[in-house]
Amino acid sequence: MVRINVNVDGVGYSDDVEPRTLLVQYLREQVGKTGTVVGCDTSNCGACTVHVDGSSVKSCTMLAVQADGHEVTTIEGLATNGELHPMQQAFHEQHALQCGYCTPGMIMQSISLLKENPSPDETEVREGLEGNLCRCTGYQNIVKAVLAASKAGA
Amino acid sequence: MTVTEDRPTREVGSARRRKEDARLITGRTRWTDNITLPGMLHLAMVRSPFARAKVASIDIAAAKSAPGVLAVITGKDIAEEQGATLPCAWPITEDQKAPNHPAMAIDRVNFAGEIVACVVARSAAEARDAMELVDVEYDEETPVLDMATAAEGGELTHTDLGTNVSATWVFDSAEAGAGTNVDDEISKAGQDGVVIERTYRQQRLIPAFMEPRSTVVDPTGEQTTMWSATQVPHILKLMAALTCGISESKLRVIAPDVGGGFGGKLQVTPEEIITLVVARRLGKPCKYTETRSESLMVAHHGRDQIQKLTLSATKDGTVTGLKVDLLADMGAYLGLVTPGIPILGAFMYNSIYKFAAYRFTCRNIFTNKNWTDAYRGAGRPEATYAIERMMDELAVEIGVDPLEIRERNWIKHEEFPFATVAGLEYDSGNYEAATSKARELFDYDALRAEQKQRRDAGDKVQLGIGVSTFTEMCGLAPSRVLGALNYAAGGWEHASVRMLPSGKVEVVTGSSAHGQGHETAWSQIVADRLGVPFDDIEILHGDTQTSPRGLDTYGSRSLTVGGMAVIAAADKVIEKAKPIAAHMLEANVDDLEFKDGAFTVKGTESSKGIGEIAFAVFSAHDLPDGIEPSLDADATYDPANFSFPHGTHLCAVEVDTETGEVVVRNYTCVDDIGNVVNPLIVEGQVHGGLVQGIAQALFEEAVYDDAGTLVTGSFVDYLVPSAADLPSFTTDRTETPATGNALGVKGVGEAGAIASTPAVVNAVVDAVRHFGINDIEMPCSPHRVWTALQHASSGDATPTGNPTVDDAALPSHNATTSEGSTDEGGAS
Repeated sequence: MVRINVNVDGVGYSDDVEPRTLLVQYLREQVGKTGTVVGCDTSNCGACTVHVDGSSVKSCTMLAVQADGHEVTTIEGLATNGELHPMQQAFHEQHALQCGYCTPGMIMQSISLLKENPSPDETEVREGLEGNLCRCTGYQNIVKAVLAASKAGA
Repeated sequence: MTVTEDRPTREVGSARRRKEDARLITGRTRWTDNITLPGMLHLAMVRSPFARAKVASIDIAAAKSAPGVLAVITGKDIAEEQGATLPCAWPITEDQKAPNHPAMAIDRVNFAGEIVACVVARSAAEARDAMELVDVEYDEETPVLDMATAAEGGELTHTDLGTNVSATWVFDSAEAGAGTNVDDEISKAGQDGVVIERTYRQQRLIPAFMEPRSTVVDPTGEQTTMWSATQVPHILKLMAALTCGISESKLRVIAPDVGGGFGGKLQVTPEEIITLVVARRLGKPCKYTETRSESLMVAHHGRDQIQKLTLSATKDGTVTGLKVDLLADMGAYLGLVTPGIPILGAFMYNSIYKFAAYRFTCRNIFTNKNWTDAYRGAGRPEATYAIERMMDELAVEIGVDPLEIRERNWIKHEEFPFATVAGLEYDSGNYEAATSKARELFDYDALRAEQKQRRDAGDKVQLGIGVSTFTEMCGLAPSRVLGALNYAAGGWEHASVRMLPSGKVEVVTGSSAHGQGHETAWSQIVADRLGVPFDDIEILHGDTQTSPRGLDTYGSRSLTVGGMAVIAAADKVIEKAKPIAAHMLEANVDDLEFKDGAFTVKGTESSKGIGEIAFAVFSAHDLPDGIEPSLDADATYDPANFSFPHGTHLCAVEVDTETGEVVVRNYTCVDDIGNVVNPLIVEGQVHGGLVQGIAQALFEEAVYDDAGTLVTGSFVDYLVPSAADLPSFTTDRTETPATGNALGVKGVGEAGAIASTPAVVNAVVDAVRHFGINDIEMPCSPHRVWTALQHASSGDATPTGNPTVDDAALPSHNATTSEGSTDEGGAS
């Protein structure tokens, strides 16, 4: 076991983990951040996307020990004082989710996308979300949500 | 109290943002895999790497002594508790052949991925580590993998059945009294009309819901509780109890938040039964969550049919006869509704067209592959694909526009209700209106002009335009019809409405949402019916203890069947409240009217709100004599008929003739799903359906190698499209209300997936038809399109051998199941 210190959604955690533990397993099973989910074994689907030090990371591609000393933000840490993040609001307004399983990862990636490119066009949004799969929405309303959030200055 | 001015506006029809979103966008979700119970153990499944083998021996010693392992269980260990076979609820014929399908294999395996043992450990990681230590010896046998070969005999998938044909099912319009004899029509057209024969391949698909399946079973307490990522908690409860010999009343099944299904979670799975059996045996809560690779390998697949089609028409292109000979690959076993899936398509091949004669013959075939079962549309996408491709072929043969050939043959709006050649009665529709609107939105004529210009100029990128004017039967299903089709259950749905003392309303529904937005839509319906605020309504579902009766969600049935049960229950509440309101208002029952949530004495200001009455009933201090102190009501609704959504889908693709790449440039559809409860949800359903249908046309295919191993066992290989692979769609609606239900609604869950596949493939073929190509097998990958173009330019009609060049040159026999064929043979 290895001791790691990770800040998750603004709270410091000090935990012993097996070195092979993936970040997503650590978040779900030890920290209880079950809002972040696992959708595949091959880093294709992006359902587990979180932010590490402000950048989007598929948390199944990273070991928990690699997060030692870093700040992790999950879908559960986005809203502040009960106020939704503008991207969460945009997903709701534009009906950008159905079953909602890809949604946490999709929202985290969308925020990251706008951070890198605050005013993307539709093609840039589609390409920026290429690593996140959704089986319900056909992506159209997700793209609309990201463009709406961009317009609103999220 | 008087009715306030700020009463709720009409909810039905408004684009309400969804209630469900609040928890889903914040991660406050309850997926099955999120559930952790004290002392919970974890299961890992040992699966056969071989498609067909005897299990010679299983050595569990090493696994059993691995760290954290509590038990290693083989099929022999639980042979009795797991029951003889998993359930199949749809024996389509009296003499249907079916193998036993134990949840855990006992002495032989019949497809790669079948479970032969499971490891139970304190953590999921320990279970998986130890799984590697289970030493299974197999005696390999030659797998049966090709359904066409299997259908003709030879090596048997299940030796004891003596055949690879599970069942043969026939519908004949002449025998059913719904039409004339198809052979007569074809032979007549052979003399003085047109006969077209084609063979199309419906490739095997994987539903690929985003949430991998997961099951948690808690055997402590008097009732065993099972949480499962299922579409069908009610069916699962009954079937699991019957399969394992447990009293139904001792089992509670909960479908918490469920991350998509698309038919893929309409199943009673081996993993659910094994988790149930093991938890009960060990007396401890157990969890099993599949990996994505397991999900793609063993969660049931869809489609996988070979469609041999013969269409006859008069010289002017009026269709007369349609003959369908289908081979459907069951895979190794019959799942919950496996045999019935192709039969659901049987009634749809004639689609919106006025055929005089129709015959459908389906042979269900066993092979050593994962079993197939429901996948979005279930039989109807296959039928729609076949007929819409054939109508394009007919248009080419007659020399008219594909929209024109359809219009000549479809049912006119004034001809409804219309009795079809397949024995159904279509209640309503307006194909003219939907087509006219789609044509305009798409700018059909301009695109045709551009196509001509590019073709004339010999552009390397060619434009193709595809048409699909589909209909489907949904709202499964009238129980009597299901009985006639030998389905084991009915097709009704149940609901109850509970009036709480505070005036809030709980609606219990037997529908089981997994992304459809029932919590929002049902609230809209009840808000209008009872006149209570949208936010005061809570929808309870997916737990057999709170929702004791139900038949769950599939077949675009939730609104048209489940929603009607909700309405019926709400109406009963109003009826029950009426005498109490009369008592409270000191009025005669006949003088009351119910509107906007309150009973008013006609011609007066005197009224009582439904919430006030609910409290009066709760306190029960002053009720009329003999009145039950409850407003709560149950209702069960059984539809009298299916509903028949339709629409016109138009697709423009660009095909790079040098690389074979296909790009969807424009996709426009106008769907008619009747009246709409929530246009936002409807649009979302259409978008998602379109993409799944487009994915079948262009991207997805479950591929097995020669040993029967699934080679598309991860998202690296199974190409679920991403946002970057797709355009934005233009969607619109016409509204021709259904006549068979209280809201005039039809159903939208499957429409997009049913309609879009032929629209896209018709467009691809249209782009390259002038090279002499009339078919490209799905998915129309760059490689397949390129290969078809190469063979076309070299004059080789049949690149992969079947049928022969000679066959292809014969009049009326240019069918192919290969990657491309030319149509120089034409039709006679």
